[in-house]
Amino acid sequence: MDFLTILNNSAAEILSPSTAAFALATIGLNVHFGYSGLLNFGQAAFMAVGAYAFAIFTMQVDPTATLGWPMWLSFVVAVLVAIVAAVAFALVLGIPTLRLRGDYLAIVTIAAAEIIRFTVRTSDYSAVTGGSQGLRGQDYKGDITGLNPLTGTTYGFGPWTGTAYDTWIRILAWTLVVVALILVWLLMRSPWGRVIKGIREDEDAVRSLGKNVYSYKMQALVLGGVLGGLAGIMYVLPRAVQPDNFATAMTFYIWTALLLGGAATVFGPLLGSILFWVLLAFTGGMLSGLQQIGAFGDMSGTQAGQLRFVLVGVALMLLVIFRPQGILGNKKELSFHV
Amino acid sequence: MSETTTDGTAPTATHPLVDGEVAPGCKKVDPIVVADGVIRQFGGLTAVDVEHVEIPRGAITALIGPNGAGKTTFFNLLTGFDRPNKGSWSFEGQSLAHVPSHKVARRGMVRTFQLTKSLGRLTVLQNMLLGARDQRGESFFAALVRPLWRAQEQSNTEKADSLLARFKLDTKREDYAASLSGGQRKLLEMARALMSDPTLVMLDEPMAGVNPALTQSLLDHVKGLKDDGMTVLFVEHDMHMVRHISDWVIVMAEGRIVAEGPPETIMQNQAVVDAYLGAHHDTDLGTLTNQQVAQIHEAAEEEVPVGLEASATETTTTDAPAEPGATAHDEEGKR
Repeated sequence: MDFLTILNNSAAEILSPSTAAFALATIGLNVHFGYSGLLNFGQAAFMAVGAYAFAIFTMQVDPTATLGWPMWLSFVVAVLVAIVAAVAFALVLGIPTLRLRGDYLAIVTIAAAEIIRFTVRTSDYSAVTGGSQGLRGQDYKGDITGLNPLTGTTYGFGPWTGTAYDTWIRILAWTLVVVALILVWLLMRSPWGRVIKGIREDEDAVRSLGKNVYSYKMQALVLGGVLGGLAGIMYVLPRAVQPDNFATAMTFYIWTALLLGGAATVFGPLLGSILFWVLLAFTGGMLSGLQQIGAFGDMSGTQAGQLRFVLVGVALMLLVIFRPQGILGNKKELSFHV
Repeated sequence: MSETTTDGTAPTATHPLVDGEVAPGCKKVDPIVVADGVIRQFGGLTAVDVEHVEIPRGAITALIGPNGAGKTTFFNLLTGFDRPNKGSWSFEGQSLAHVPSHKVARRGMVRTFQLTKSLGRLTVLQNMLLGARDQRGESFFAALVRPLWRAQEQSNTEKADSLLARFKLDTKREDYAASLSGGQRKLLEMARALMSDPTLVMLDEPMAGVNPALTQSLLDHVKGLKDDGMTVLFVEHDMHMVRHISDWVIVMAEGRIVAEGPPETIMQNQAVVDAYLGAHHDTDLGTLTNQQVAQIHEAAEEEVPVGLEASATETTTTDAPAEPGATAHDEEGKR
């Protein structure tokens, strides 16, 4: 068991682009659940919508090749297409459910997430979506690779060493995270944020004060959804588009990270995402190491690997019992039953 | 109110607020709300069936009635929180039927709730600021640019502070609303409603669950609203409050307006007595002769041992549930 390698791999997660993508999705969910009280159990679907819209637009339309657009324009337009798709998805989910009680949104999002995943998996659409195989990374990474200003071979130090492409994606993804954090911070200190938080506490009270609750809930759903869509793009840029990456499990990782960091705090989602992935990598490394030295008897490597999700479940339970407000949450808020 | 005749039920009764005779659904000199033919049915139950009612401007009007009379439902209909099956109503001459609740509030008709809706995990000050109208910073893109709304926020905060001082909540300014007592939450809800400078304040049971010490200050605050030129309509069970502060009383029973009048005389109105106590509560059953009285006493004495016996069998039957009559009785008990 190489303890140093395990530590190294865990530390690498702190700055990995996947963690950034995940943090972005968690920031989106925080806007939904933490600030607006919207129960969105389909954040993975927003990621899928963003990722597929971006990749499919780049592959099918391919403005760089067909229209002779500069690469940056093609990339920006592809991102805009992904944003529009995420907005449309949010509207489709929100229009029928946001006038109803909160639970309805939860049911609809969890179902819609599976509908999206099964739709893109269908072999009938495999010409466009790649079916259950997904889409190959090289088919949609042309523009972003061409835009890479880094020319060297490796960048960074220690666990955070990467190729030029990795580093480029890393910079993009983390920049986006910083922008999203600033956006959320600006919004939540404003009167807009006050209305949103009021809606979380009691819709009818806010309605009686002359605010259009439905419109505000829709704005929040769209904002969080767009952040989810961008997260989807950032998630697939270092790898390929795999439909099963956007399964329900992803949604619940995002929820775990949000609750771990602290809902309704600006930095909670960021801290939660980093901790979640570091812990997942660390426990994964430890368990496989222990399995190799025979600590689990006859258990196979795959079985030992699954154990970490048991640990995640236990950790989530302990968290909710002993620190329900998360790491950065305000204990005072929980001192009364709301 | 000096012109009020002492007998509210007299056919020629008039009142300075009323244009014409005092009667259920009478015309007011200066109505702020006029409702016509408002009907709300829940399945087969007609919860509200108001033919015509007018709320006088610049006065404190109490809406009273026994439980289930439809007061709160009528309140919800007027403020857009519920939709009627039929009916129209206007506020300051403009129709309000089918207007969503937030637009009703923007027109200056602000309500509070029977079960207080303070926003627990916002501070008292944030609760107050939420009440202010036409905030520039409440639109998504303007919210991002602080200079656009900083000045407005400043003046709203000053206004909130002065209201908090008036309602004696200024020491709680930075506390979460959830940490306030029930009565303080009522005060906060009322103060928050005032942030929007409403013309009509509708209070749904402002006294429910408030401790007696706070009652007097709440009463004074409601009176204060009228002194500031606002019209108040409130639903209340507490007759003490109704008598002390209201200028006009509207009585509902079984969804209808059964009586109206000034508070001094309204309780003598036959329709009101009937609504609260039932129409036959004092019907004379005739006088009894001595012989009849004796018969009743005899019958009563005979019944006593029967009653004892019955209870005795009951106790034995619970031990022996084989008896057919007893099992039926037991089952009824379980239900």
